[in-house]
Amino acid sequence: MITRLFGFKGGVKPESHKNESSGTPIQKAPMPKRLVIPLRQSIRSTARCLVQPGQKVLKGEHIGEGEGGLGTSVHASTSGTVVEIAPYPMAHASGLETLSVVIEPDGEDRWIDHTPLDLPTVSREEALAWLRGCGIVGMGGAGFPTHVKVGGGRGIETLVINGAECEPWITCDDRLMRERAPEVLSGAMILRELIGAKQVLVGVEDNKPEAIAAMQAAASTLGDGIAVVPVPTLYPAGGEKQLIRVLTGVEIPQGKLGTDFGVQCFNVGTAHAVHRAICFGEPLVSRVVTLTGNVARPGNYEVLLGTQVAELLELAGPKADTDRYIMGGPMMGTELQSLSVPVTKGTNCVISASPALFPPPPPELPCIRCGACARACPAELQPFELYWFSRAKNFGKAQEYHLFDCIECGCCAFVCPSRIPLVDYYRFAKGEIWARERERQASDQARERFEFRNFRQEREKEEKAAKLAAKAAETRAKIADTGEPAPAPTEAEDPKKALIAAALARAKQQQAAVTPRNTEDLSADVQAEIADIDARRDKLNQQDADKAP
Amino acid sequence: MINSPYIRKPASVQGVMLAVLIALVPAIVVYASQIAAVVLVNLAIATCAALAGEALVLKLRGRPLAPALSDLSAVVTAWLLALCFPPILPWWATALGVLIAIVAVKHLYGGLGQNPFNPAMVAYCAMIVAFPALMSQWPAAGQLDFATQLGLVLGGARELDAIASATALDTIKTGLRTAGATVESIMGQNGNFGFVSGRGWEWLAPAYALGGMYLLARGIITWHMPAAFLGALAAISAAFWLVDPAHYASPLFHLASGGAMLGAFFIVTDPVSGATTPRGKLIFAASIALVAYIIRSFGAFPEGVAFAVLLLNICVPLIDMNTQPQVFGHRGDKAR
Repeated sequence: MITRLFGFKGGVKPESHKNESSGTPIQKAPMPKRLVIPLRQSIRSTARCLVQPGQKVLKGEHIGEGEGGLGTSVHASTSGTVVEIAPYPMAHASGLETLSVVIEPDGEDRWIDHTPLDLPTVSREEALAWLRGCGIVGMGGAGFPTHVKVGGGRGIETLVINGAECEPWITCDDRLMRERAPEVLSGAMILRELIGAKQVLVGVEDNKPEAIAAMQAAASTLGDGIAVVPVPTLYPAGGEKQLIRVLTGVEIPQGKLGTDFGVQCFNVGTAHAVHRAICFGEPLVSRVVTLTGNVARPGNYEVLLGTQVAELLELAGPKADTDRYIMGGPMMGTELQSLSVPVTKGTNCVISASPALFPPPPPELPCIRCGACARACPAELQPFELYWFSRAKNFGKAQEYHLFDCIECGCCAFVCPSRIPLVDYYRFAKGEIWARERERQASDQARERFEFRNFRQEREKEEKAAKLAAKAAETRAKIADTGEPAPAPTEAEDPKKALIAAALARAKQQQAAVTPRNTEDLSADVQAEIADIDARRDKLNQQDADKAP
Repeated sequence: MINSPYIRKPASVQGVMLAVLIALVPAIVVYASQIAAVVLVNLAIATCAALAGEALVLKLRGRPLAPALSDLSAVVTAWLLALCFPPILPWWATALGVLIAIVAVKHLYGGLGQNPFNPAMVAYCAMIVAFPALMSQWPAAGQLDFATQLGLVLGGARELDAIASATALDTIKTGLRTAGATVESIMGQNGNFGFVSGRGWEWLAPAYALGGMYLLARGIITWHMPAAFLGALAAISAAFWLVDPAHYASPLFHLASGGAMLGAFFIVTDPVSGATTPRGKLIFAASIALVAYIIRSFGAFPEGVAFAVLLLNICVPLIDMNTQPQVFGHRGDKAR
């Protein structure tokens, strides 16, 4: 299969720094002393905890039930005892905490019984539920549940498998492809089956010749519908939209899914996890993580999910002048606020950073509108315009200039001669817009609640008046029926009183219905006060009426 | 805390400005060796005035001096002005022009990156309006010896008639007012013409173009503006020349004269005050060429690049707003 390659505009070529960690095979990380397994493993969804402190669990045992449309199951990464269920910090720029299951391994690493899924015998829905039950999510970083993506629709033309790994320093996908190419492609074929794709294109940046060779060798046994395609090394070629563009020429706009355009994309790590889940019934409990940067022994390790970074780093031996740690790559990663954060399904790399390797940027200078950022932007935005608008808090204009098409790849900030932290400005603007949106929704709700309260009070008043009128009419009818004067002097006054009350109520009701109230134009506060006073007055009237007979 | 990206290309504003200065070197060499060596003195005067002016304003504004002084942007403005001004302009006039550019046009608008107008061009226009006589004394190439040049620059007696000369553009313009004169007859009678334009002066054009190629190769400027500017200038001058070669100079003359080459690679390409979108750059630069040609051929001034630049600087927001490129994935959308 000969594939014509397309390009995307922009992109940058940072130093790749792949050789540091790509030379040695994946090693199995030793059993950590404890595992902190966050119940939040897929995007926007936290699983419901199924275990109690003190409970013994086996490797692969279900410890969290996915909730909602984006939920996936969470499993124990090894056998041991649940010692605590408590919030622990996660790897996130904000240092957010999330409910986590802490497991003390027993060292036996004993698997729970698991059986493969015989794909041809089950329905598509069952297969999707199986993936969900195995906790398979996108391992490229975003953690989007695979069963949701697969379930997105059939009639997909092309399945893209993302082995581009365009971020500098990271080599976990490279090693995975070199060492486990048949497994990765097996997963790819399963995914192809599930989405009904006609062809599979595996995109690998051409700076990984060994991985390409291994994958091509494995693909040659799988027939025609699959091709391993070297793509030019140009960051961010591994961005989902960029890779789809390069391999198929299709451009997927922000907010749209590949399914709508007949393309679907999965990371090689995800494909590998799908293979393990279907062919062995193994839930996702470990992944390959690159340890690199300013360390003595850079390399790739097969790590149990929940292993804390501090423990993991000992394997690589950070050097003395390490001043911070970056999770992910240097273009889009986050600086770790705490080394107690655990490895999750999206953790591909931990970089030890030293001032020598990652020097702090020189002081920021004013933007000179040189346009280097626009030429580097893979989303073809005008980053400097977004910068000016974000800086001026002109968020409407920023949105008009497609702020939300920004994928935060960092190319603009990478090339900026004024060293402006451009992406920070976009993050700020996006955060502000989201916050305002939430605020607006909240105030809309409050207004609706207040309006409904007014409406309800008004309605209750009318109902009361109607009731009163009905009562008066009843009394009148009674008088008319009997047609005799009251037997007792005290009773003689009653019908008269009732008649007057009835007339008054009628008049009031009519007035309320016909004339506009002069209070309608007043502010919400004043109206609320009036409503209050009216309510009190009605109450008094009611009391008077009750006392009267 | 520093957020991603944690790595940066070793690019700097200083590097960009330095590249522009390097790109000006071929033209400076030609200027000093072929036309008037005193230009080197003028460059020094302009540089000192620019740095002094910048330092003064920064101090008044309470800003740190070092980052702004070392970014070399003021030096670029100074060099461009020194190359635009007549070489025998008195030192104080050069300094005044530079101060107008730095203090009024750059810093009063907020400093580097904030000025809506090209500082060098505003200063040039201000000077030509304020000192029309001084600003139109152009010696023929090699006409004056260095001592005379230096004397004139440093404030010696100015015997206007002895040195009163005119640029090629000026000569053609005034010459054509005489009844019966044609471009050819003017160029033939005047000994100050070389192959296509002013003798000696015409060599500046390829020198500027050479520097421009360097900037293109370095990625400091994009092809859009020089191509659009030179293309439009050549097209409109060719159109008039083909219709009436007696009264309109050739495209080659227009490209080699005045500020055309300097403008194409160093002036219209100023990022701060110019259009930024690819289509906008084409429109911006081509419009400058058209306006400049109209001023050259039909206006009151012999050279129009500076005025044209300012006129189009005003239009930049409008041009940019209406030429926003389509964004990845939105190609089918209605163009804004």
